[in-house]
Amino acid sequence: MKQNKITIVFTIGIIVLILSVIVSITYGAKAVGLSDIIDGIFGRNTDSFNANVVAARIPRTIFGLIAGASLSIAGVLMQSITRNPIADPSILGVNTGASLFIVIGIAFFNIQSKIAYMGIAFVGALITALFVYNLASLGNGGATPIKLAISGAAVSNALTSLISIFVMPDSSVMTTFRFWQIGSIGGTTNTDILLLLPFTIAAIVISLMLSNNLDTMLLSEETAKALGLNIGLTRGIAAICGVILCSTTTALAGPISFIGLMIPHLIRAIVGSNHKILILSSGIYGGAILIISDVLGRILGRPGELESGIMTALIGAPVFIYLIRKAKLQSL
Amino acid sequence: MIDNSKIFANIKSHRIKYKIILTIMAIILLILVCLNMTIGEKNYSLMEVIHTLLSSENNYIIVKLRLPRTLAGIFCGIAFAIAGNTFQTLLGNSLASPDIIGVSSGSTVAAVFCILFLNLNRGLVSFVAVLAGAASALLIYKLASKDGYSTNRLILTGIGAQAFFSALINWMIKKASEYDVPTAMRWMSGNLNGITTDTLPLLIVIVLLALITMTYLSNSLQALELGENYATVLGVNVDVTRSLLILISVVLIAFATAISGPISSIAFLSGPIAGRLCSKNQINTIPAALTGAILVLAGDFIGQNLLPTRYPVGIITGILGAPYLVYLLIKQNKGGSI
Repeated sequence: MKQNKITIVFTIGIIVLILSVIVSITYGAKAVGLSDIIDGIFGRNTDSFNANVVAARIPRTIFGLIAGASLSIAGVLMQSITRNPIADPSILGVNTGASLFIVIGIAFFNIQSKIAYMGIAFVGALITALFVYNLASLGNGGATPIKLAISGAAVSNALTSLISIFVMPDSSVMTTFRFWQIGSIGGTTNTDILLLLPFTIAAIVISLMLSNNLDTMLLSEETAKALGLNIGLTRGIAAICGVILCSTTTALAGPISFIGLMIPHLIRAIVGSNHKILILSSGIYGGAILIISDVLGRILGRPGELESGIMTALIGAPVFIYLIRKAKLQSL
Repeated sequence: MIDNSKIFANIKSHRIKYKIILTIMAIILLILVCLNMTIGEKNYSLMEVIHTLLSSENNYIIVKLRLPRTLAGIFCGIAFAIAGNTFQTLLGNSLASPDIIGVSSGSTVAAVFCILFLNLNRGLVSFVAVLAGAASALLIYKLASKDGYSTNRLILTGIGAQAFFSALINWMIKKASEYDVPTAMRWMSGNLNGITTDTLPLLIVIVLLALITMTYLSNSLQALELGENYATVLGVNVDVTRSLLILISVVLIAFATAISGPISSIAFLSGPIAGRLCSKNQINTIPAALTGAILVLAGDFIGQNLLPTRYPVGIITGILGAPYLVYLLIKQNKGGSI
């Protein structure tokens, strides 16, 4: 019965993903047909205008897929290791931390290469995540959802003011930053994707390898210890994978919020908390949802487009509020 | 047997301390007003400024730029501070200030929309901002109260609402034309640039009225702080008082936001600072108001004159407020009050 459910979830996920990819490539300021897509992909007929349109939309779509999958999986990992249902890169302030470091990079070190963006974002995200988590763990009861959310919001507030201090004096920094900050998956190139892919794949594979340990950790710390699990190590590796996944995406796309919160929740409600399945299906649905958000942004933002970061916040914030509403009072 | 004379002596010394602190704050505020009026791109002596103001001489810099700026700073500061203080007292948590739980951004969304897209005049903008602020406060409250009200849930819901509103603000700023960006930036942190005299009278009247009402209601507020049951026993009509206070606070926030943008941290900081200076066991409406005005004027002075680049006041107050916010969080988490 359960097996059936999981198969259905996967099948639907893959169908949705394929459909969203097709829509993302065909829909836009210039609509193209399926035959053009095939031409575009296989490089036939390269002088036709439609094929060029397709070629331009492919990196964006692929990147959306990777970014959505990375953010959802990062959400799964963070929720599991903090044992906290509302952990998400944006709630934890990780996005803002990455932003601050990138701004400092733009303003003082004149960073330009994408790899530098990614490295500096990783450092910023890691420091912020550790800081927020430790801040929330002070006092009784460890990092409860309310303490974690408030610590994240407070640290984000603080970092946002710092960001403005660096951005304001220099209008060129402001322009670069303003467009990066909103969170868009447009404007990525094939080179960016090739750069991103090794990190993403490595992090996802390692998380999958950890998934049995993560399952055990869900039981209780004592049981996990009794079963011979090194909790600290598992947590540490999972945290690093999570931070890599969200910071590399953030570095290239800007902060995209709430994907990591929404998707794992929906998936967990359906397939349960077996991490292997959770991680894989969150990845599939996360990719699909981000691509759909991007397409919606193109529809709603006409004649220009609405960045996917805005779209995911507009969809995700109500989901967040819904989760808070549903949660039992004591567990907050 | 309780020694009454000792208690009274204590209360008396408390009152004297309170008065001394108020006087010192008033003096600091006065000094800041003088600094803001005299120093800038062009410096004037204090006598020149007073002379200009008294003789209705037409000095553009003093009358048209610095006077409205200083007045707006004072009254927006007061508005944010007493509104924040009221929220914090009512909800029993310093983190529950309107800038953290999304009420301010509700007003901001409306104000940005009216200014960037509808080109409404400022009076109308304030009105719409008030409505939107009230609506978002009500919405957040309704969403947070399912099977019983809980401040924790309210704060979390507020954080979600805040994220939603920020996305809307970002969207509008992105849609606005390139040369509106400086105006738009005001809506992200708060700014006293370009304030004109015509918007001020209404703000001043509203802030003063609110200040009077709140001082009058502060006994009831104090009773509410003890808990609803005590308040009812003490003869306070809990629902009416609470709704009235929240309504006044939302009006204040919305008006001030429509004029200066959401000046960061003022709503959140002033109450706790005033509480620390005076006494935590009373409602510090007046001290909080003075703290707010002092913070805004000081922030504006620092942002305009003391740094290599000119920064809007909201960025300075944001930087000042951030460490305090984190400190408060550490204290609160350690104390286990959440």
